Amino acid sequence: MTDYDAVIIGAGHNGLVCASYLAKAGKQVLVVDGRNEPGGCASTREFTPGFNVSDCAQWLSQFDQSIVKDLDLKGAGLRLGKAKATISLQPDSDHLILDGDHVTGAGIDAVDQAAYRDFRKMVRSFAKLMTTLYRSRPPKLVEQNWTDRLTLMKLGLHLKLLGRERLRDLMRIVMINIYDVMNEHFTHTALKSTIALEAVTGTNMGPRSPNTVYSYLHRATGEHLGQTGTTQVIGGMGALGKTLASAAEKQGATLKLGAAVTAIVKTDDRVSGVKLASGESISAKVVISSADPTTTFRDLLGYHQMEAGMAKRAEHYRSRSGTAKLHLALSALPTFSGLSDAQLAERLVITPSMDNMERALNPMKYRELSDLHTFDISIPTAEDPELAPAGQHILTAIVHYVPFSPDIGWETGRPQLMSQLLSELESYAPGIGSLVTASELVVPSDFEASHGMTGGSWHHGELSIDQALMMRPFPGSTQYATAVDGLYLCGAGAHPGGGLQGLPGRNAAKEILKRGALS
Amino acid sequence: MSDISRDTMLLTTPFHSRVEAMCDLNDWGNWMGYTTPNAYFDVELEYFAVRSTTGVFDLSPMNKYRVTGPDAQRYLDRLITRDVSKIGIDRVGYAIWCDDNGQIMDDGTIFRLGEQDYRICSYQRADDWLAWNKLGFDVTIDNESEAVAGLAVQGPTSCTVLTLLGCTDLNQLKPFGIAHYTFEGQPMMVSRTGFTGDLGYEVWVPPETAEALWDQLFDRGHDYLIKPIGSYALELARIEAGFLQANVDFMPAEEVVRVGRTRSPFELGLGWLVDFSKPLFNGRAALLKEQANGSRYRFAMLDVEGNKPAEHSFILKGDKQVGTVTSAAWCPTAKANIAYAQIEMPHGAVGDELVAEIYYQRELHWTRLLAPCKVIDAPIFKSPKRWQTPAPPH
Repeated sequence: MTDYDAVIIGAGHNGLVCASYLAKAGKQVLVVDGRNEPGGCASTREFTPGFNVSDCAQWLSQFDQSIVKDLDLKGAGLRLGKAKATISLQPDSDHLILDGDHVTGAGIDAVDQAAYRDFRKMVRSFAKLMTTLYRSRPPKLVEQNWTDRLTLMKLGLHLKLLGRERLRDLMRIVMINIYDVMNEHFTHTALKSTIALEAVTGTNMGPRSPNTVYSYLHRATGEHLGQTGTTQVIGGMGALGKTLASAAEKQGATLKLGAAVTAIVKTDDRVSGVKLASGESISAKVVISSADPTTTFRDLLGYHQMEAGMAKRAEHYRSRSGTAKLHLALSALPTFSGLSDAQLAERLVITPSMDNMERALNPMKYRELSDLHTFDISIPTAEDPELAPAGQHILTAIVHYVPFSPDIGWETGRPQLMSQLLSELESYAPGIGSLVTASELVVPSDFEASHGMTGGSWHHGELSIDQALMMRPFPGSTQYATAVDGLYLCGAGAHPGGGLQGLPGRNAAKEILKRGALS
Repeated sequence: MSDISRDTMLLTTPFHSRVEAMCDLNDWGNWMGYTTPNAYFDVELEYFAVRSTTGVFDLSPMNKYRVTGPDAQRYLDRLITRDVSKIGIDRVGYAIWCDDNGQIMDDGTIFRLGEQDYRICSYQRADDWLAWNKLGFDVTIDNESEAVAGLAVQGPTSCTVLTLLGCTDLNQLKPFGIAHYTFEGQPMMVSRTGFTGDLGYEVWVPPETAEALWDQLFDRGHDYLIKPIGSYALELARIEAGFLQANVDFMPAEEVVRVGRTRSPFELGLGWLVDFSKPLFNGRAALLKEQANGSRYRFAMLDVEGNKPAEHSFILKGDKQVGTVTSAAWCPTAKANIAYAQIEMPHGAVGDELVAEIYYQRELHWTRLLAPCKVIDAPIFKSPKRWQTPAPPH
């Protein structure tokens, strides 16, 4: 007799989604997390008194609608802001505005505008195809299994429906890089780099890195999964975490926060439970980890507890990131050259050119700080003033490219990088520096420490084709089961991967129930 | 001397000067990158030295890996399929190791030299696999292949010869036991192990004392008809005694590129080395599955009618081809025509009567022979001396 049917490691969005589906099916589920707040990367933190920042993810665009419906998240209080346009800031203040299929400003001509519409149409058709794969367990190619065959047949049908031209395009571009694809479609420099920024967010890649077309399409699935556009969660991203937590509890799952798992316990030849930092042991029929694969296999289970080939694959799993976060408390709404106050509620990006992105990436590869960065800026208080004291504001920005551990060390590097970022911002928002009352720089190694993401990787492992679909996280541990009996994965390190989607959690729950692992 | 790089040339063993001097036939082969003699003077006389007196085989090219550290035993327990804790200090265990798919990578011997101190002696180079296996374990792996020279001293008079060399009370050493001596001021380890199925030992010394060991061994053994033996004679002896050879009777899993060409322990008749009571070892999950679902092949020892070795033969059941031969020899002592075959399931059970399709050639005339054969349950050569302690006097 075990304490629970399932113990889920991590109360991030995927862990909570998985718990909800399992509890909904009548299973006894416990979710444990070392953090005191639920939500994982969907978290809000008061980084300085009165200022609540979404301290990891800041945008919601991919959260699967079927989960919102199944778990009645709206009923549980989830409120999203309006869909945001993306404004790509230009040095001359003639900014490029991308809104749906329309792109205006920055001297863009009719040819690029038409090309943008065509490009969006193409991407939507590819993303739709991927959505088919994303909503089911990844099919294995060699096993004679009807579920997998059905998925593959559906995929084949969708591929056929793409038409010969599109199919040819997809086959051609999916393995190459976003840099070349942008140059094929567009002439407008800022348009190219604004789209390319989507491809590298949260990754360790530059626009010329292979796999950036795949990572771009991965983001683009949001149009079909979330159907919300890029939005902010009212109350901060942590409100999503809290809503998911209450939904899970409503379904009957138990949450234990502030209880870090120190080990996955194996008894004889199968996983039998977890051990907590308090020393407490909890037994379960299965352990489902939403921690990243490296944390799960290397740190919690231990390489010595699995067969050597699996340990080797886990060790090879790539989990790195060049993504940092900048958090600013502002005494007043800042002024950005060429933007109205209303436009400050949109999504603002600074990414002058793809060449700049690639140049910014280079120093990171050699553990150096760059003097060029890209910014993906949110001023959440423009839409949701409650997040800061009245009249005051918050600016958060996702920043690339920042090394995990620079050779000069973070003690020296942090203030240096902070002043560099502020000076880059200053050129687009003159006077912003004088409004800053508190600031914080969260570097990749901070994310590893605070959110348990190995290498600071937002996606729990690089989003690349060799680590995707039926190979995520690595062969032998796919379809949410691992090569170790009783241990399952439900986090972003499982198919279909990173981003706030909830699909790994949902798919994992369905697969575990289907296998009868909890019966 | 040319200045051409010698990097790709075959290496020589620490015994080479002595081996070369005695290699009358000048018949050399390449064994794992080392120059080794195929035969010294006459394959059959060399073989009979092993069976009747003492044969000496230079096994220095074998790979030797020292495994030490607090996790040494746990490390090996995960690496190999049998229970390492059952190998006592100063004991040797025959072992196989598999990949995660339960396919054999190699076989070899595990020497336990201390509480957490082991030496793996393997046919294949295993540096890469052993290094990957370190993940999660506090162990140190040292490749001692070049730091340890080895001679197999095998045959009915071997104990006497080694005793004359100074191995006091060697006759008390049990099979698979290890004894430690000093030779020329250097450590000398003797294990009662071998590849010939008879009374025999393997002697391990630092390379510096290798030549002295060879000289004194042949000096003391002169009256006991000690002879050097090459790979061909050893091949005869090992087939007769029932030993498998990597790269001959199975392909090491790591070297195989074609799907389905690897073999599991069950498919090689080595299921007895698989201990499922251990909760974890490489290949366990896959082997459990195979045990439940059945194997693809069966390893069979065949007693073939006639005296034509069934080398490379197809094995037939009626008109159907059900297997192929991996090793075959006319075994002089047992006076039997033996073949090892991999037979498709469900054929090849003990007692099964099959046919070997043998092709042989005399003066460019090829003959096809359909030789009836029968699956036997144990090696044809059985020497009681192999297991007796004290070792019997000759």
